[in-house]
Amino acid sequence: MVISNRPLRFILVALVACLPVISFANSEKDAAHTQTEVAHEAAAEGHHAEPTDVKSKIKAFVNHHVLDSHDFTLTQDDETGKYYGFSLPVIIWDNGLQMFSSSKFNHGHAVAESNGNYYVINHHDGKIYKTDATGTITEDEKTGHPTNVRPLDFSITKTVVSIFAAALLMLWLFSSLAKSYTKNGGIASGVGRIFEPLVVYIRDEIAIPNIGEKHYRKYMSYLLTIFFFVLFLNIFGLTPLGINATGNLTITFSLAIITFLITNLTANKNYWGHIFWMPGVPKPMRIILAPIELLGVFIKPFSLMIRLYANIFAGHIVLMSIIGLMFIFKSWIGSSLSFGLSFVLSILEILVAFLQAYIFTMLSALYFGSAVEEHHHEEEAHH
Amino acid sequence: MEKLINQFEFGLFFWQVLIFVGLILLLKKFAWKPILDAVNDREQGIKDALLSAENARKEMENLQADNLRILNEARAERDAMLKEAREMKEKMIADSKNEAQAQGQKMIEQAKAAIESEKNAAMAELKSQVSTLSLSIAEKLLKEELSNKESQTKLVEKMLGDVKLN
Repeated sequence: MVISNRPLRFILVALVACLPVISFANSEKDAAHTQTEVAHEAAAEGHHAEPTDVKSKIKAFVNHHVLDSHDFTLTQDDETGKYYGFSLPVIIWDNGLQMFSSSKFNHGHAVAESNGNYYVINHHDGKIYKTDATGTITEDEKTGHPTNVRPLDFSITKTVVSIFAAALLMLWLFSSLAKSYTKNGGIASGVGRIFEPLVVYIRDEIAIPNIGEKHYRKYMSYLLTIFFFVLFLNIFGLTPLGINATGNLTITFSLAIITFLITNLTANKNYWGHIFWMPGVPKPMRIILAPIELLGVFIKPFSLMIRLYANIFAGHIVLMSIIGLMFIFKSWIGSSLSFGLSFVLSILEILVAFLQAYIFTMLSALYFGSAVEEHHHEEEAHH
Repeated sequence: MEKLINQFEFGLFFWQVLIFVGLILLLKKFAWKPILDAVNDREQGIKDALLSAENARKEMENLQADNLRILNEARAERDAMLKEAREMKEKMIADSKNEAQAQGQKMIEQAKAAIESEKNAAMAELKSQVSTLSLSIAEKLLKEELSNKESQTKLVEKMLGDVKLN
């Protein structure tokens, strides 16, 4: 029996089209909410009041989720104030090493004390600030940021735990894959086998075409590691564990800076020649081109950093907002529509997870390729 | 922009670089190098196997062509041999025929010569027999004839008459 998927698609589109109508139905209520929300926000700015209505609670939850956290909270019960998860070690360098469990903060509700120093977690950015015994925070009047001293924070945060878990998973998967070759006479076996086509794909479709047959080998370790690292962390981010590692600017910054360093440290004379003294253009143009090309050197890794960060960050915000809509609608039609939409978006996010890992690896390979490219100026003169 | 910069966390950066660089080095040693080597080896093996299969196929073709050539050669040789044998047979037959003919001829000639000599001998015999016979007949006749004088004279005369004629 064959059913055309056209009517199904039509129904889906119609339901999505109905979504604003449903939300419009309680617009008056929403407006009222918005007003209270604004009031609440204003209040929150001043007194760090906990958000009370559903909308701002969801907003706070989403904002909190995309940030790094000092404890691994899987879920929490607002009614009883109970948290389900585990505490992580806090390591602070502040006139000597200060180490204590994050349970001392009691999820940001308490002031932690260590060797006579007092620390508190700020609600807005989830960061640790130095404070006094009562936990006073002075704020900048214009920006609202705390002006308290920020100690060097080397804590094992949720993101550190997740990247460590991803690293361990990769080590186990790929070393078992490597071992299976010798055990099984050159043919992969076991779980790692799933990833063998991806390894071959990265070599044949990303590394060799962009870097070239001659130089690609020395970049393979980095390209493979970054692809699977980004891919695993992207996928981790889609699990209900609430991890957001690749949507964290620090992580993407460090990945981009490693690409930047590898590109420029392995670059040949030709690469620098193309930046500072572009061959094949008139001399005055070369002087104009040099700063532009030099800027490009920094823009390339910067775009890598922002692209991955923004894609994953936005994906998390959108997905969580739509999941949050279910609790705002609290109706059969609206909530199930939100569920359907979030389901479709989750599938889209899986695609994005692969795509962003691919793009990061692809562009890294492209930059490496430009760093080791060997031009023939005789040929260029003809162009 | 300021919000982005504010998100940067040095501690996290430190851990991330530490873990990530460590991960690259560990994976390079324990995973990527053996995996890529194994994959390369396998691909090389497949390439080699295909190449050797192709070579074997070509060799097989060559062998078959060789076999065919040898077969054809053998066939040609056989034909040549058969032809030669046939020719030889014919020649032998012809030769023996000629020889037989010559022999026969010779024998016929010998026989003829023998017959001739026999005939001559027989003739000579016959002649001597006839002469003796005729002599005895003549003797007898003469004895009878010459019993009377007259007839002797007559004979002499007659004989003389014959001599004159000669």
